[in-house]
Amino acid sequence: MTAAEVAIRVRDVSHQFGEAGQARHVQALQNTSLDVHRGELHCLIGPSGCGKSTLLSVIGGLTTPTTGTVAIGGKPVRGPMPRDLAYVFQENALFPWNTVLENVVLGMKFQGVPKAERQERARRALEAVGLEAFAEHFPGQLSGGMRQRAALARALSLETGILLMDEPFGALDEQTRMVLGEDLSVLLSRSRKTIVFVTHSLGEAVFLADRVAVFSARPGTIKEIITIDEPHPRKPSFMTAPKFHALRDHLYGLLHDEIRKSMTETAQARRRYDDTAESPAATPPKSNGGAA
Amino acid sequence: MNGDLREPSAREPLAIRLASHGVQVAFIFGVLFLWFLATNIWRVSSILLPNPVDVWRQLIEVIRTGEFVRDLRITLGEFAAAFVIATILGVAIGYVISRSRYLIQVFEPLFAAIYAIPIILFLPLYVMVWGLGPPSKIALGATISFFPIVLNTVVGFGNVDRALIAAARSMGASNLQMFRHVLLPGALPVVLAGLRMGFTVALLSVIGSETIASLAGLGHRIVNLAENMEMARMFAYIVFVIAIVAVLNAAISTIEAYARWQ
Repeated sequence: MTAAEVAIRVRDVSHQFGEAGQARHVQALQNTSLDVHRGELHCLIGPSGCGKSTLLSVIGGLTTPTTGTVAIGGKPVRGPMPRDLAYVFQENALFPWNTVLENVVLGMKFQGVPKAERQERARRALEAVGLEAFAEHFPGQLSGGMRQRAALARALSLETGILLMDEPFGALDEQTRMVLGEDLSVLLSRSRKTIVFVTHSLGEAVFLADRVAVFSARPGTIKEIITIDEPHPRKPSFMTAPKFHALRDHLYGLLHDEIRKSMTETAQARRRYDDTAESPAATPPKSNGGAA
Repeated sequence: MNGDLREPSAREPLAIRLASHGVQVAFIFGVLFLWFLATNIWRVSSILLPNPVDVWRQLIEVIRTGEFVRDLRITLGEFAAAFVIATILGVAIGYVISRSRYLIQVFEPLFAAIYAIPIILFLPLYVMVWGLGPPSKIALGATISFFPIVLNTVVGFGNVDRALIAAARSMGASNLQMFRHVLLPGALPVVLAGLRMGFTVALLSVIGSETIASLAGLGHRIVNLAENMEMARMFAYIVFVIAIVAVLNAAISTIEAYARWQ
């Protein structure tokens, strides 16, 4: 992988919710820059509320950042770019009134795939995630793990070069997410997609990622990027290898302080929120995270 | 394959459904039996409560002679016009309001407050403006049923799961596709519940206002018969109206079930 092949370029992105001084003001992201290389799986990990999901939403064109720019394949992002990237959301974002097959087909309809191609591509995507037998089921009839497979199939059927995954396995139990992680690793080694994957699971990050960006506590920015030098597809045995544990421990070491900070920050923010509820002219939250 | 199919929700056992239907039927027959006892055994004045047999005879006559046709046509016409106007205005205005958080903030509490007012109190005003004929009934029925419809439309379209909207947007859905495939199916159950409420109150207000100030219609006929002391015939008309309402309710339930299934 040559460093020159940058699929996603993030430059000095900051994002805040609400205006400074308001009780609901949150500085979610601060001067974040990141290059995601073509064909790599890039994990974003950090304490809750650090802005990793916000960054994903900015890359996906669903959130316009307060300042900073994102470019995909050299094109600046100004809104959703359905031909370039597909999204797999945190909660399952399948349409509950459509069957699994209809969900996949509808995604392609939105994207503008010619009608004649949709059925065939949907079948192939469902086969890739092992759901071909459940094409006619409604999402409500499936388990959480199967729903996320269906959501993945919908994203794969769009045949975009980039996949954005926002804690896709966050709501699943440990065993299911391990199995889905293995499947994903196999799937990706075949498809050679560029993937940005938000997670709060250290194991998941080390198991799946080529590189992991570690976020600082709010206001979030990237503190360090570590490389996981292990070829895909990764076998379950990688999880018990000493290298896996060394990387996981290193990651935990980086995150530990940030998680403590974020917990104090949350407690302070709550106190501040209570104060501002009485006096609206309170001071805006001070930043206490390190800049990259 | 990990994960398994969830059990399809078990339907109520047949025995329980039959038993509850049995109780419902028994209740109706119980009421009829009490009616019979009251008039034949306890000798309640026939001016207050006519004999069920007399009422039945009157009902047969009303239907045989077809004298109900004109009143029925007027009442149903008023009701249909009122409901259609309320539906068009309620859904259109509700949808527009639901598109803006600011408009929701302004109008939802306002409409909810007006909804709580007994608008029927304004009937004299409506009669002054639109006269004693059908237009005043239509206007009142439309006003009253507008509020549940607009409120449910605002709530229905305003509370479509944001994750679904974001997903559709990320896949490049056009505004029309967003409406057709995400907003409409997402809002439909709540909007239908509002239409159902609007349907009921439109019917109530049309018949109700006919009994207060009108020239024709089933409500007018019932009051007229009461004033002429023709109690058995009045009760026959009441039974007739109940039957019509039951048919209309069954019809809208069928349409509602079909729309939900779609």
